[in-house]
Amino acid sequence: MAKIVVEVMLKPEILDPQGKAVAAALPRLGFTFAKSVRQGKRFEIEVDSDPTPAQLAEVSRAAETLLANPVIETFIVKVEK
Amino acid sequence: MALDTVAIATTTPDQEQPFAALGLKPDEYQRIREILGRRPSSSELAMYSVMWSEHCSYKSSKVHLKQFGDKAPHSDALLVGIGENAGVVDVGQGYAVTFKIESHNHPSFVEPYQGAATGVGGIVRDILTMGARPIAVMDPLRFGPADAPDTRRVLPGIVAGIGGYGNCLGLPNIGGEIIFDETYAGNPLVNALCVGVMRHDQIKLAKASGAGNLVVLFGAQTGGDGIGGVSVLASETFGSTGPAKRPSVQVGDPFTEKVLIECSLEIFAEDLVVGIQDLGGAGLSCATSELASGGSGGMRVELDTVPLRDPSLSPEEILMSESQERMCAIVEPSKIARFLEICKKWDVTVNVIGEVTDGDRLIITWHGETIVDVPPRTVAHEGPVYNRPLAKPEYVDRVNAQVLDLPMPSTAAEVKAAVLKLISSPNMADKSWVTSQYDKYVQGNTIQSQPEDSGMIRIDESTHLGVAISTDANATWSYLNPYEGAKLALAEAARNIATAGAKPLAVTNCLNFGSPEDPGVMWQFAETVRGLADGCLEMGLPVTGGNVSFYNQTGDVAILPTPVIGVLGVIQDVRERTPMSFTDAGLDLYLIGDTKNDLAGSEWAYMHNQRGGQSPIADLQAEMRLIELLLEGQSIFAAAHDLSQGGLAVTLAEMVLHHDVGATITLTQEIAVALLSETPGRVVVAISPSDAEALATLASNHNVSVTQLGTTGGSSLTINDAVIPLDELRIAHTQTIPKLFG
Repeated sequence: MAKIVVEVMLKPEILDPQGKAVAAALPRLGFTFAKSVRQGKRFEIEVDSDPTPAQLAEVSRAAETLLANPVIETFIVKVEK
Repeated sequence: MALDTVAIATTTPDQEQPFAALGLKPDEYQRIREILGRRPSSSELAMYSVMWSEHCSYKSSKVHLKQFGDKAPHSDALLVGIGENAGVVDVGQGYAVTFKIESHNHPSFVEPYQGAATGVGGIVRDILTMGARPIAVMDPLRFGPADAPDTRRVLPGIVAGIGGYGNCLGLPNIGGEIIFDETYAGNPLVNALCVGVMRHDQIKLAKASGAGNLVVLFGAQTGGDGIGGVSVLASETFGSTGPAKRPSVQVGDPFTEKVLIECSLEIFAEDLVVGIQDLGGAGLSCATSELASGGSGGMRVELDTVPLRDPSLSPEEILMSESQERMCAIVEPSKIARFLEICKKWDVTVNVIGEVTDGDRLIITWHGETIVDVPPRTVAHEGPVYNRPLAKPEYVDRVNAQVLDLPMPSTAAEVKAAVLKLISSPNMADKSWVTSQYDKYVQGNTIQSQPEDSGMIRIDESTHLGVAISTDANATWSYLNPYEGAKLALAEAARNIATAGAKPLAVTNCLNFGSPEDPGVMWQFAETVRGLADGCLEMGLPVTGGNVSFYNQTGDVAILPTPVIGVLGVIQDVRERTPMSFTDAGLDLYLIGDTKNDLAGSEWAYMHNQRGGQSPIADLQAEMRLIELLLEGQSIFAAAHDLSQGGLAVTLAEMVLHHDVGATITLTQEIAVALLSETPGRVVVAISPSDAEALATLASNHNVSVTQLGTTGGSSLTINDAVIPLDELRIAHTQTIPKLFG
């Protein structure tokens, strides 16, 4: 068994209202370390065996089609043991 | 990239500049050089390119739009006319109402959710900028065929975006339209309307006067959103494979906008601003040049004081950024402390970025170096004007000459089948799957919304004064005859206000067309504007403002000419309004107006793939008599519902389904024509039998014909010998849209 992880983030130039809200809430709760926060989402996809490059390419296509909105988001695909 | 300053521009006249990539034509670039007496700096070039784009400068439409001023009817109701962010209308009792409709078509195709959401945000800020509290929104939408894959992509996203942004703002969405037609495939139309209310003395204008007054930017920080959106995106035809260029889109934040609204209203209430402008298309380029141009002309801005979300932005990008939820105000120095205090209270970012000066130049600096030094009028108001060639397209005479060959139902079984088929077609089907995603009742002042003929909002809770708004377009009629099509859309919108008992007062419009570089499209546009201006003059309704969206085409194929006309009316007591449907059995139903054989451009013809024939000719005198009758007879009408797309068949179906009270109808005319024809100027009313004589008197006083149709009651819609049980009718009407998109 292996785990393919797709991480989706808004493109850097795109406004992230959720991240902004988190950044504003942190100091209210006494956490003063953050300069800014951006929020994304993470998909964990279980597969039977270590994925081949072709399978990873297929995951990338799925990410482009369904998991991410390539107009405003970027994503990375990686394998986690 | 090294900073390009005015000083450098003066000494390097021959440096090549990317004007074509920014959408400027060679002669436009040449004119900028003549105005400045040198080459523009890269920041100046950025400003001119966005402000001289079709979207901002109206360069192709201006010569036609001036008819709205030339032919303006005299109106005591108009407080602020065309040219400001939105027109303002006097509705009595010291109240003024401002309303406007704008397109957000291209962004909504590229990114449906955010495109539609920021469309709502933009029009709401336009209304806020006039000093008004926004009180409701409406969204007329048009898509490709309901079963097309691209429609399934864009429709859910657009609807969710409108609901997501509008609902978060706490603004009720009180109406609009949803129409499907193949010409909108790849060119969905997302038009957004907002209405706001204020007291007469609260009207604000976009002008920067008084040397020494401060230029204040408040709201969201500036990021790299939608840079050059208007010049590149809204002013260019999409190739058949999709958008040729894909600049980053803007993402809206409705919670920031909500705070900005409340903050601005508090600032207005304390009378702290001299002038104000929202930042929409063309961002700071537009706000600074329009404010300066609206005042005496002089302004100095230190661009490096603009708060940035992304510190790597260049000055050119800051000038072009279309980051949402920003406003620019002109504030007297004595009032700035209080202004900053209110912004702090609302946690709104605010910076003084410059001041009004004595001169007539807009000067923008970047860390002390002058990067822009221009006469602001040349940027904002004296852009290029094109008298583009126009020619009647060859299709017009050809399609006008076509003779329709349509099935004409006559037997009971055929009539029943035709009615069921018509009301289940995507255009006529129940749209509550869409409108139930919008909050229609937030704020508690919504009197009526979809599927009523118009949206109605109470504006005073003690006197029950209210306003009603309807938006309408019949693009097929405009395709057959753009001059009449515009008049007919105006008449329909006005009628939709009057059926509820509101008196039409003023007009806004959103004119959606193909490429102005196509003489045929330009002819459609010119005819539309001529028709609308003539119609408004005849009906005594001033045009308060509007919006033009060109380049709605894929390859060579333009959308149908789609002038969406919004009419606003006033009702003295919303409790007296006439609803679209009846709750009681035993009422008499009457048709007001004559039915002719007007199947050309009808929904029935569209369903049978026929788009030929002649559009009806608008009879605005008859429309005005009908409106008078509706307003005068309001007290006797238990219900009144307009006839438009789908004719009498759809009007009756909608009436009986609304409260589940059936009707029995007897038609003496040829039944197919009686049910399916879309002759304008008609309304179905329900009255108590005891009011029959009063209705006859009204009809004869206003010279309008009235025909008894039948009576209300029962659990079916019975038309002559065709019996359609309400359950069957409801299933046909309500299943189509959820099946397609649910």
